This record gives sequence, structure tokens and C-alpha cells, in this order.
Amino acid sequence: MIVGQQKPIEELWGMLKDFKKIMVFGCNTCVAVCHAGGAKEAEITASLLRIRAAEEGVEMNIEHGACERQCEPEFFMPSIEKFKAQDVILSTACGVGVNLMSSQIGDMPVYPGLNTSFYGAVPQAGVFTEVCGGCGNCVLHLTGGICPIVRCSKSLLNGPCGGTNNGKCEISSEIDCAWYLIVERMKKLGTLEKLFEIQPPKNWGTATAGGPRRIVIEHIAELEEKEENKATVEVKK
Amino acid sequence: MKSGSNLERVILSGNPAVTAELGPPMSAAPDEIVHKAHILKGFCDAANITDCQTAVVRISSIAAAFIAQREGLEPVMQMTCRDRNRIAMQADLLGAAALGLKNCLCIAGDHQKFGAAGKLKGHPGAKNVYDVDTTQLVGILKKMRDESLQEGGDKIEVPPKFFIGATWTPMGDPMDFRPYNLKKKVDAGAEFIQTQGIYDMELFKSQCEKARNLGVLENTALLAGIIVPKSAMMLKYMDANVSGVTVPKPLIDRMAKAKEAAGDDKKKAKQLQEEEGIKITVELIHQALEIPGVKGVHIQAIDWEPAIEIIVKAAGLYPRPNIPAE
Repeated sequence: MIVGQQKPIEELWGMLKDFKKIMVFGCNTCVAVCHAGGAKEAEITASLLRIRAAEEGVEMNIEHGACERQCEPEFFMPSIEKFKAQDVILSTACGVGVNLMSSQIGDMPVYPGLNTSFYGAVPQAGVFTEVCGGCGNCVLHLTGGICPIVRCSKSLLNGPCGGTNNGKCEISSEIDCAWYLIVERMKKLGTLEKLFEIQPPKNWGTATAGGPRRIVIEHIAELEEKEENKATVEVKK
Repeated sequence: MKSGSNLERVILSGNPAVTAELGPPMSAAPDEIVHKAHILKGFCDAANITDCQTAVVRISSIAAAFIAQREGLEPVMQMTCRDRNRIAMQADLLGAAALGLKNCLCIAGDHQKFGAAGKLKGHPGAKNVYDVDTTQLVGILKKMRDESLQEGGDKIEVPPKFFIGATWTPMGDPMDFRPYNLKKKVDAGAEFIQTQGIYDMELFKSQCEKARNLGVLENTALLAGIIVPKSAMMLKYMDANVSGVTVPKPLIDRMAKAKEAAGDDKKKAKQLQEEEGIKITVELIHQALEIPGVKGVHIQAIDWEPAIEIIVKAAGLYPRPNIPAE
């Protein structure tokens, strides 16, 4: 899932202090699971902003709301009239939600309430760890299910480097060396010899280096388009 | 002969090779490079010119290598994967070759968070590159040199002729994988290997044996890394903190004893420890050169370049062989 962290209230206040009508709008999927931006957190953020406004003696109308997923218009568009009544939306979704809302709800500024952090796992309640880089060219079958792209601080494909110290990374004794884990895992799986092969330079074109990425599943996109056209024709009738 | 560098010629001649290290300054003045080059010249076959080691901005390896070469010291230019993508790397390699540089050591580079182990500010917020890793960089150099091709496949009219090197941390963990790690670098094209500092020669010997059994050491020149110890404190620090470095207790005890012999005289304590450090280094050099497959030593006298002359002479490795170019 996508893991995010709330921005400090000071930073939010700095963004919002000149607006009069604000809606804090949450997302009940990934960012709710990481206790950063669901309906509950949107409500708390709205309360904190109200308190701050009162302290500053500023009159502000701060509402809150949420939808299931800000990454799909059908979930937030039902609230469009509420959005239109605001001066600004503070989205506590991940950056995907902020981007999509910005493009869909007209000339309304949508500001980020979170810092979108990473694709993460929840190994235990309250702990979130980055385990996938979303590089668009997965190599996990070669590395024992341990991602060298984000779990190795140097994204090495032919690791480890010389910085491994007691199984930890040179940048911190709190961070596991991914290549230490990979080697140990591959030994257990009986597939260590896979690591003897030299991995060639990676094509980063499938990652952010290739420009904004887009995937279209044509038959579904076409179907959607047809139904939309049909609906338009019916409305015209 | 792939590059015609002095280092390659000495290695091919069968003489034990000696490399040293020259760290460029955090300054735009070339004086320190010139000064250090003159101290090292004649006492090593080539000197590594570090590439922003510990992720601290210094004169670039290529520029400093060029200055050292101009002063008569053969440089081993270093190239980290941290700071350049494959476009910048290859552009710099062509430029370095055009400037007459002949040795290149490929390294991953210390992570930018490392920032001189906290002694300097560094640039912990920098974005690193790691477009390719060391093994891949070695392969790129080899492809450029031997096939006259860029990594992407475009033709190179006049290829850069580098003697290609890489590093090895034989005692880093996971230790049983390290010989394979070395094999990958050598298979990719590394013709010389400089190791992390070795103090535990027995352990190093057994790692070398494993590498030899993989057929690696016949295809590369392994230069054992020796970091000249200056004090008992330094040895303890390295033992506890430096990745892949273990220092046997007897060596730490020897240095501690040298310190104790000086009593409260701090100046004398420094002098006695340095003398002991040089003795230890010479012993380590002799032990390393006896290990089958070891073709030389890489001596690092950090901020203590004048020690190289003393060590090389005491180890019977002076004068350095003069192997004329073909």
C-alpha cells in the first residue's frame, strides 16, 4: 500500500492561513490504514486547524469529509458541490489523490495534507517499511523476494557492496543490508547460484527515468468509452 | 597489454605491485596534490586518486589524477557509481583517456548519508545516482575498450584504453558470498583488485583460497589492502566501526604497549605508536605477498603520505621496478 505521513500542523497552517473556507478531505484506503489521512485523521486535522485559527483570532470555516478512494473520480465526484463551496481543499490522500482531485474539480486549489512516503508493508501494527520501488521491471524472482532497488541504499543489482556491517547497511545500524538478506534467503531456498550471474545495467526507462508512466488496458478503456457514449446519447434523447 | 599503464606493466612483469593513495583536497588549489605527488613518486607504481571519498566534495578524481600525472606520479583514477549516470561516466571516461589517464578503479562509493562519518557536514540530502553498480561499470569500461562500443551500443571511434580495477571486501559479510562477489567483478573484466584493509591475514588467506578455487585469481591481479595503523585507538575504531575490517587483538595490544611505553609523554606515545604501526605494516605486507595469488599491495597511509617511503623501503620493495613501455 501507499504509506504517507501527516505534514506538521505548522506547515499546514503556513499553506492555509490566507483562506477562509477550507475542506479537509480524507481517503479511506491506504492512508487510512497507516493512520495518516483517513476520515478520522481528516477530522482531527480539521479540528487542529480550527484551534489554530481560534488562537490566531482568524475567522475560518473548516469542514471535513472523506471518500473511499481519491485515486478514482467516481468516489469523490459525488462531493463536487461541497468542494465548489470552498476556497481550498486540503487532501489527506496520497499524492495520487491530490493530483487527481486537482485535475477533476475545476479551478479549486487542492493542497497536500500528507507527505506521501513510499510503497510499504505493515509487518506489525504501527510499523511501515518500504519494500518496493515500483520500478516497472521486477527482479524479485532473482533476489529471493527482497527488492534490491529500494531495500539496498545503493540499488545495487550485483551486491553486496563493501559497506555491510554485521548484516546492517553502512548508512545506519538500524537498516538491514538488503544484500545480506538476499544472500541468506537464496541459500535457504537453495538458489544461491542465481546470484552468480551478472545482472546487466538496468533499463530505468520503466521507472521514473522514462518520464510519466501510463498503462492502458485497451478492451476495458474502450468498453468504458462506449458506455459513456451510450449514456450521452440517452441523455440527449 | 591492455592499457600500457605503469601499474599494468609492473603486474605483468611478475614483480609485486605497490599502490598508494592520494586524497584530493577540499579546495580549488592544486598545491596539495602536487606536494603529495612528490612525496609518493618513486615509492609506488601508481596512486589511487579518491573520488569524493566518504561522500565529501573534493577536487574531482579526474582533475586531481591529471595533476598528479603531470607531476610524474601515475594515478589510478577512481570512479564511484554514486555521483554519475552511465552517460556522465562514459563521457568522463573518454575525457580521462583523452587526458592520458590509464588506470580506472570502479567503486560503488560511500553513501551520501555517510558524510565523513559525521566529522563534516557533507551533503546527506543529496540525490544519489546508482544508475549502474560496480560490476556493471567494470563491464562498461571493458566494452568501451575491447569492443569500441558505448553501453548503449553506439560506436566509439577511438576507444579509451584503461587498465580496469575494482575493489573487494573479502571479510565483509555475508563472508561466504564474498569470493563469488569477487568472481562477478573479475568475470565482468576487472584486471586488478584492491581490497579493503586487511589485518587478519589468516582469514584473508582462507578467503583468497576460496577465490582461487573458483579460478578467479588467475584472471586478475589481487592487491592486498593495508591501512597503516597510527595508534591503538585507530585500530580499535576500525575493528569496531569499519565494514569488513577486523583487527586481531594481538595487533591492538602491540600498539597499546607501544603507547604505554611512552608513559605520560604524548609526543613520544605518538612516535612510538607510529613506529610500531610501520613495523606492523611491513609484517602485514610480507604475510600478504606470501599468499598464493596475491600480486601486490595497496598501502593506505591516511593523511600520512611520508610513511609510504619508509614502509616500502623497510619492506624491501624499493626501488620500484622500471618496466619500459613496449
